[in-house]
Amino acid sequence: MTVLAPRTLSDALDVRSQHPDAIVLAGGTDLMVGINAGRIRPQAVLSIAGIDELADWSATDTAVTIGAGMTYTQLLHSTIAELSPALFQASLTVGSPQIRNAGTIGGNLATGSPAGDTLPVLAALNATVHLASLAGERTLGINEFIVGPKRTALAPDELITGVTIPVANGPQEYLKVGVRNAMVIAMVSVALIVDRSTRFVTVALGAAGPVPIRATEAENWIADRIDWDSGQLCSPDDAVRFGSMVAAESRPIDDHRGTAEYRRHAVGVLAQRALRRSFPGAIGMST
Amino acid sequence: MSELTRTDDSIGGGIEAADGYRLHVNGAAREVTGSWIGESLLDVLRDRLGLYGAKGACEQGECGSCSVTVDGTVVCACLVLAASVTESEIATVESLGEPGQLSDVQQAFVECGAVQCGFCTPGLIVTVHDLLDQMPDPAEHDIRASLVGNLCRCTGYGRIIEAVLVVARRRREGGS
Amino acid sequence: MTITDERTATGIGPRAPRIGESAPRPDGGPKAQGRFAFSSDLFAADMLWGHTVRSPHARAHIISIDTSSAVAMVGVHCVLTSSDVPGRATFGLEFADQPVLAADEVRYQGEAVAVVAAVDADTARRAADAVIVEYELVTPLTHAETAITAEPIHPDGNVVRHLVIRHGEPGPLTNEGVDPTLDGLISVSGTYTVGMQDQAPLGTEAGLAIPSDDGSIDLYVSTQWLHVDRDQVAASLGLPIDMVRLTLGGVGGAFGAREDCSLQIHLCLMALATGRPVKMVYDRAESFVGHVHRHPAVMTYRHWAHADGTIERVDARLVLDGGAYASSSAAVIANAACFAAGPYRVPHAIIDGWVVRTNNPPCGAMRGFGAVQTCFAHEAQMDLLADALGMDPVALRLHNALEPGDQILTGQVIGGTAPVADVIRSCADAPLPDQDSTTSGGVYELPGGAGRTTDRVDVRRGTALAVGFKNLMFSEGFDDFSTARVRVEHGVATVTCACAEVGQGFVTLAQQIVHQTLGIDFVTIAPADTSIGSAGSTSASRQTWMSGGAVLAAAEAIRARIAAAIGTDDITAPDFVRALADNEWDELVEHHHAPTVALDADGQGDAHVSFAFAAHRATVDVDLELGLVKLVDLVTSQDVGRQLNPLQLLGQLEGGATQGVGLALMEEILVADGLVMNASFTDYLIPTIADVCGLRIGAIIEEAEPGAPFGAKGVGEPPTISSTAAVVAAVRSATGLTLPRTPVRPTDIAFGERS
Repeated sequence: MTVLAPRTLSDALDVRSQHPDAIVLAGGTDLMVGINAGRIRPQAVLSIAGIDELADWSATDTAVTIGAGMTYTQLLHSTIAELSPALFQASLTVGSPQIRNAGTIGGNLATGSPAGDTLPVLAALNATVHLASLAGERTLGINEFIVGPKRTALAPDELITGVTIPVANGPQEYLKVGVRNAMVIAMVSVALIVDRSTRFVTVALGAAGPVPIRATEAENWIADRIDWDSGQLCSPDDAVRFGSMVAAESRPIDDHRGTAEYRRHAVGVLAQRALRRSFPGAIGMST
Repeated sequence: MSELTRTDDSIGGGIEAADGYRLHVNGAAREVTGSWIGESLLDVLRDRLGLYGAKGACEQGECGSCSVTVDGTVVCACLVLAASVTESEIATVESLGEPGQLSDVQQAFVECGAVQCGFCTPGLIVTVHDLLDQMPDPAEHDIRASLVGNLCRCTGYGRIIEAVLVVARRRREGGS
Repeated sequence: MTITDERTATGIGPRAPRIGESAPRPDGGPKAQGRFAFSSDLFAADMLWGHTVRSPHARAHIISIDTSSAVAMVGVHCVLTSSDVPGRATFGLEFADQPVLAADEVRYQGEAVAVVAAVDADTARRAADAVIVEYELVTPLTHAETAITAEPIHPDGNVVRHLVIRHGEPGPLTNEGVDPTLDGLISVSGTYTVGMQDQAPLGTEAGLAIPSDDGSIDLYVSTQWLHVDRDQVAASLGLPIDMVRLTLGGVGGAFGAREDCSLQIHLCLMALATGRPVKMVYDRAESFVGHVHRHPAVMTYRHWAHADGTIERVDARLVLDGGAYASSSAAVIANAACFAAGPYRVPHAIIDGWVVRTNNPPCGAMRGFGAVQTCFAHEAQMDLLADALGMDPVALRLHNALEPGDQILTGQVIGGTAPVADVIRSCADAPLPDQDSTTSGGVYELPGGAGRTTDRVDVRRGTALAVGFKNLMFSEGFDDFSTARVRVEHGVATVTCACAEVGQGFVTLAQQIVHQTLGIDFVTIAPADTSIGSAGSTSASRQTWMSGGAVLAAAEAIRARIAAAIGTDDITAPDFVRALADNEWDELVEHHHAPTVALDADGQGDAHVSFAFAAHRATVDVDLELGLVKLVDLVTSQDVGRQLNPLQLLGQLEGGATQGVGLALMEEILVADGLVMNASFTDYLIPTIADVCGLRIGAIIEEAEPGAPFGAKGVGEPPTISSTAAVVAAVRSATGLTLPRTPVRPTDIAFGERS
């Protein structure tokens, strides 16, 4: 086994093209678990942790581009927190300080777990994933990038370089159910993004299907049930109906962390609450 | 490519198992030999370098018993590929205090009853030093938020929180 | 000049702790510095690493084992199977019913089939993977109730023990419950389930075996009971016990998980086979299948009471799943049955207790040992009964609370202290937390914690109390003893005792006892090993009484000898101090507790030595829709006899309660068709620092226990007994759900049945 540790992206892409079998090591929080357990025994490892240009981020008035190598801790300590509150909230629910110090947003994307904490946020934000290889760069929508449970569209000669999300223009929420108060894998999660500019609400579900799922019917319905000028729901019952619609669009499974029945129920509750937080009032609601 | 990455050609080379490599641990350069190169930093520290302070209890980053700092950042050594941190400064619990001369955090842990079986303690000591470096006067919820990654099965955490508060108070009163 | 001279001369000097002081641990400094050697930290020159080949199946016949590929690997020194066990082929704590290495059949997932020793851990693991075992699968027997009558899965049968307690004069009962004497009484019934809990000590199983040229062997290992390990190792090695020497390696917690042999015999087999030291450390996944767990239980209860709340009769049927091998199951069911009705006066009872073999993971000792399971059931019953009677649940408990002179279910009269009412009252009377306050604040203030699932409006609060009790020390006629030696040279004392320090603080207590008794400041604790007689197990809340008692007796014997020589036993007298400094004193004592007897055919008899009682009152905030729970407040009162070290006592109360909280809200080994689904700390969740609140003390009840050293009762287990019951009862109170099962899962609340 070989450990390759380039310091620049271009060197890394060279290595990647010559060693497509090399497993990419970023924060190690997934890969090392597999190596420690003997499940993964790579012949070569491409460590990208030392590539500073991947750990940077930049923002325009309308978009934030986050380097794949940014750790959750770096993200939490940056002003990305204000530009995307839901991404901040999701990052804060990842593991422990030790895990957040090591794990990266690129790693979360590359692993592509249905329970990956940032993925529903990225899905709700219509994020674009930046990929690079010696052949050039390409971008994929998050829904094109994650194609199945722990399966992505990343080509063997490619690296994830970053992800671009729009700057928030409205409330954002990330809610996650786990059996413990912290340090827990999502049994189910919901990201809800309100965009006042487009007068639209997007909602995506984590651990409620093979990939992060967008609840598009619920999104389309609720957009018309919001009085955008007053920032209120049209009726106090709308949040409940919205939750039911979101639950209906989930595709959860039974596993040792939870039942499909509970997951479906819980995403509905979470979606309802996320909407309630974003639109605390409703027309006709007694005060 | 990194300096320490031995390269026969400009791209294809790297650290291989037979090469051995060097880590910087607690201020000293340490040669690692005989290691399977997929070994975690935890296994290398313990089984190759004889530094048994960091403990292994889960191999998944879930318990924090193996907490060390890499370039000043607290991480789980079990999730660090040792051969990937050849250019980093690694510090383990052994760097805190001297034999028989406890650091203030170690002292408070002992006095406050935060140590029972002690298996989680070295990881907690490393994490609490880092916490207090970053946040000299943490509220109780800050302490909880900072230590969620350090499982303890003996104490129920009450004396650990107490010990952190005691150190913070002593440092304040010490005026430094 | 000796230390004692110095102290006498200056009046200050290093003041070692006495009984009643919050002495810090003597091993605390090394532990806090990472310099304390746990068993996983040991090494020896030319050391090999061992790895175990385990069955992936819950039940299968072994058709063949092909070790050739593994043996041929570079760096592999031995691959051993059942035919390589020179002595007794089986081991076990009470019954030697478990194969050291399975020969023809495996009976649970994770059963050891072969062991491999190689030059390093990675090679050993790969070699273990290269051992090819051909299995013929058999449908596993995984249902405990079915196992009672099912075809045996083990030559010893499926029923490990069936224990019936008939107490008082219970009339006949049919399924419809027609005992005419019970006509007109209020009756409540229910069926309660407890999931399989893991001890989850942070230190996994680890040890180092070092062979000697004469064929004898030294084993350094983390265990709770060196001598019983030694006896099992010697039997399977076919060696006399004096050729097997055990020394305690640093123990990273135990809680019952280390009472049975895990890697002890395997390590010694490999060391003798290779002539090299062999080390083995289980990883967490292996640890989950490498030690026994708390028995899952299904318990059906019926209580009858008079309108004023006086309990007339309790019937219960207890079915505990012991898994594939016996371990300490026979003693666990005895505890479950003896304490099945809780610390209440119950004139008549029939307790039908079963513990059976299945193809599930083996179960045995865990903190609370049978009493945890039945406490969960009897306290739920008491709340149901209070509701049926229209009585306050605390008042009902006080009305029936055991007192000294009362009988427990076995007919045994409580001869010692039993401050049950004080424990209940002081716990119930503690001020409630403010409605809106929580103990921690921040993101963990509400159910769901860091997940931000829940707003204050989604929460309902509940508070409830539970009380429990159990025996201290071993019961049913077991000759329970500990051995200790105190040696004084030049005024410095050395205590030698094989008591396993697992974190509980015996090493601190031993120093305190010697200082208290002889006035000696400098007390060193020798390594625990088998060069001295047995100390018995560090379990059953027994070491303070037993090994503490042995140390006390040895120190007192020295004091008596000095007194005989100089005419005073005043340890502050100059002559006494001089006698300690100028002479050598050495006393070895074997300390036995008062004898007990076996239970008779009706489960009656004075089977226990002493009892300890504790209560917990839990307050929880519950998100009803999502089924998430936040523990807001937990108050405890405990009967401790006498506090010997308040700081260590607090550590036991907080740590024990936290394990109980874990069983209430999250901890369960999930087993499907005999296969463990969550053998990792990613999926077997134990409480983090964000999941517990600050435990508050209602009262530490100090009534000296007759016959106990310093009047002190063991304190380790009671904190774990009633905490689970209290937390679940609080969730019931918040939700109005029946919640007959623990741990309470989010689904149980979100979709639960209203009571």
